[in-house]
Amino acid sequence: MTDTATTPERRRLTTNYTPVDRVFRGSMTAGALFSLVVLALIAAFLLYRGFEIFSDFGFSFITGEVWNIGDPMDTSTAVLGIGAMLVGSVLTAVIAILIAVPFAMSAALFIEYYAPKSVRTALTALLDLVAAIPSVIYGIWGYAVLLPIVEDWSVPLERWLDFIPIFDVPSGIFGRSPFLAGLLLSLMITPIVTSVAREVYGQAPRDLVDASYALGGTKWGAIRNVVLPFGRSGLVGGAMLGLGRALGETVAVYLTLNLVFDINFRILGSAGGNVASLIATKFGEATPYELKALMAAGLVLFLVTLLVNFLATVIVNRSRRIV
Amino acid sequence: MTTALAPTAVPAQRRPWNRRRQTVVRSGILVLASLAISYGLTETTELGGILGFYLGLALCLPVLVFAESIRHGWNVAVDRVAASVIVAAFGAVLIPWASIFLTVYRKGSKAFHAGYLTEDMRITPSSDPLQFGGVAHAIVGTLIMVLIASAIAVPLGITAAVYIVEVKGRFAGFVRFLTQAMSGVPSIVAGLFIYATVVIFFGGFSAWAGALAYVILMLPTVARTAEEVLKLVPDELRSASYALGASQARTTFRVVLPTIASGLVTSAILGVARVAGETAPLILTASYFVATSTNLNEPIASLPIYIFSSLGLGDDNATTRAWGGSLVLLIVVFVLFALARTLSTRLSRK
Amino acid sequence: MDTPDSNSTEVISTPVPTETTVIEDRTRRNADNLEVKGGGGLETRGLHAWFNKHHALADVSLHFPENTVTGLIGPSGCGKSTFLRMLNRMHEFIPKASMAGEVLFEGRDIYATDVNPIEIRRRIGMVFQKPNPFPAMNIGENVIAGLKLAKIKVKDKDTLIEECLTRAGLWKEVKDRLKAPGGSLSGGQQQRLCIARSLALQPDVLLLDEPCSALDPGSTLRVEETIVQLSESMTVVIVTHNMQQAARVSDYCAFFLSDGGPGRLVEADLTTNMFSNPRDTRTADYVQGRFG
Repeated sequence: MTDTATTPERRRLTTNYTPVDRVFRGSMTAGALFSLVVLALIAAFLLYRGFEIFSDFGFSFITGEVWNIGDPMDTSTAVLGIGAMLVGSVLTAVIAILIAVPFAMSAALFIEYYAPKSVRTALTALLDLVAAIPSVIYGIWGYAVLLPIVEDWSVPLERWLDFIPIFDVPSGIFGRSPFLAGLLLSLMITPIVTSVAREVYGQAPRDLVDASYALGGTKWGAIRNVVLPFGRSGLVGGAMLGLGRALGETVAVYLTLNLVFDINFRILGSAGGNVASLIATKFGEATPYELKALMAAGLVLFLVTLLVNFLATVIVNRSRRIV
Repeated sequence: MTTALAPTAVPAQRRPWNRRRQTVVRSGILVLASLAISYGLTETTELGGILGFYLGLALCLPVLVFAESIRHGWNVAVDRVAASVIVAAFGAVLIPWASIFLTVYRKGSKAFHAGYLTEDMRITPSSDPLQFGGVAHAIVGTLIMVLIASAIAVPLGITAAVYIVEVKGRFAGFVRFLTQAMSGVPSIVAGLFIYATVVIFFGGFSAWAGALAYVILMLPTVARTAEEVLKLVPDELRSASYALGASQARTTFRVVLPTIASGLVTSAILGVARVAGETAPLILTASYFVATSTNLNEPIASLPIYIFSSLGLGDDNATTRAWGGSLVLLIVVFVLFALARTLSTRLSRK
Repeated sequence: MDTPDSNSTEVISTPVPTETTVIEDRTRRNADNLEVKGGGGLETRGLHAWFNKHHALADVSLHFPENTVTGLIGPSGCGKSTFLRMLNRMHEFIPKASMAGEVLFEGRDIYATDVNPIEIRRRIGMVFQKPNPFPAMNIGENVIAGLKLAKIKVKDKDTLIEECLTRAGLWKEVKDRLKAPGGSLSGGQQQRLCIARSLALQPDVLLLDEPCSALDPGSTLRVEETIVQLSESMTVVIVTHNMQQAARVSDYCAFFLSDGGPGRLVEADLTTNMFSNPRDTRTADYVQGRFG
């Protein structure tokens, strides 16, 4: 009875790679870490070039509503703040999410549970295709086709809902509004959210769905009690991915939202802008000082989207691990 | 062995639970009824225009479906209402995308003429009649920048994927996380970065700068797709190679990568599809040029900027040219997409 | 997955085979030494099942006497589980599934066009091979989950929960932790929870598909005790691979076999007869362990 008296010491195994492999592994590592280098450089350069702005304005750069170059020769007369644009970025992105998520859920549920199986691959392919439509095409369509329609809608909407402040438009000017931009953005992010949702809903445990049916439940009962709760975190992750995309979208917003430096929550009215379209608009004729401000704005945008995407990835990965 | 009895006739296969014909008829009637009612409502009440019609429809359909099915019980009614809402919402989502395809085709084809793909805009102002000028410069420009960007991004992306899957180094999880973080960089920030470095340093907009901005945006897509494709290679293949004494380098390059060559091509194509339509970074890097050019140190045309700048002119002809450019861009994206899909289905069939 | 509800019948015609069948058909059409007592009876007549073109089950006519346990035995792949799923209309969830024949419950064909399958599934309950309590609900909520799904109002939830858990033989073990999540129980306890969940709907018939195959011997015995007790108030049908289990638990047995073609019912009889004095040689071979 001495077999378990002592367990032998475990040996540490090391691999001595051949020179060929050492070079191989080293170069692969270097190449892979390239993305780290790039990300760090982006942050570093934007900070370097925009630093002066942060030291000149401090926190008011982020909260300030005014963008006035003042005298181009005398930079001390400038008052620069991206507050209105940040609000615009967030506002349009939030509108986009609020519209996109219910439709994405419906589309995902339709593809996974209501569509005939033969059509499923075709629909998924269609989804991927629509996700690949360039934003400039969304922009031009949004400007030419969606704008008149939304303008038409905004009048009665404002009439009915103007007792709620965000729907009130005292200026009476509709047209390019945060609502239009948000609606267009929602179209752009729906494919992403739907793809993630579809993946998660499709992985809902079949035996629980079976149990639900065996208890005399309906299809909707099974969806509501099993599929939707199961897919909740995946859906949140997908929504955040869409949010990240919406926050950084430039051209579509540029074409559907005028740049007005006023913190504006009236979504049906013609005013707003987001940080990305600010950069695109002002870039052409910016003074050197203004350019630095645009870099600083880019840095803010970069950090915000980085944070949102980081959270999204964490949530989506965690939902996948539960499977 | 026992002897046979009289042959037993096999009855016909039935699906008594299948009520497709009846559901279609019933749903059809309900949809028509709600259409009629909402139309009636828009005519007779304050609810005006298309918005009113859609709202009316959105209210009518569930109510009618509910009313029709409540006789089977609450649960069945809720189930049917949910089904109708989900299907209707899906249909609603398809409408704008269909509109995009149709509008681009309808308006874009007006700009097409015999020389559209071979002429450029060097002598033709955008407001000129549509039979002059074309998009050749934009196509060439996009092509050049995409090729340069691919030459950089595809090897780097595959390297990252190889590092994660084959080398499995200490930083593998970190690299994957970084790649995902990088895929979230807004395109304008990528452009801004290249502007802050390359454009300012070299003193001007250039095709190089545009291509480098593309690299930042392409790299994560290529890396992620390549990683997924590499993971498909069965470990037995690698084991066989190692067991024969091959180095890791040789195994990777001679065994693993050739196995999924078409998958790697797919990841390259998907990366290209991702960037070909990006406008924002090019505003800050390659800018625009009206003539077909192969000079990499100067501004260069591209399809998205062609569209974008033509749109900004406000002229009717210019706007139609913008639609024409959109049609060309959409076709390019379609073709790339179809290519990627055929390659990947062929890969999975292996 | 489709939610089927019957209204029109779709007929897919199959050519009648012209070759003669080689196996001798000795199906017992009725366990006729027991009367059918009033309603609640379950019977199949000439039941066939297909998965697309694949003929999985052929011509099964079987009567399940009330308040008894019938064990469905036979080697794997001969259609026992398919047959079971046809009894509560779960077979139709499989895409491209089709059937022929009748399943009579209380004298009426459950596949008739005016029958609501949801009602059927409430009166004919099912417990699956792998225990599947809803993880997002606690033990008490799991028991009444079926009622919640059906939106049936319960006057006294706690009494019902206690009653169902007692009948499932689980009450004593969980009465102090009804708020614990459903997944925190052992395998055998989870399976008894699933039985309690089915019982809450007060079914007339309970179908069990190899309920103990994922459990350890101790839990298996407890589940078997539960099954025998339940048969005093409902009809129980249990699919099992384990002949000893069939011998322990069932009053009647039905032996299924496939010769490479569709599964067929070879013999159905009292369990004691089936094991001591089977009529068919194939049954004898199977129960004596010569194959399977």
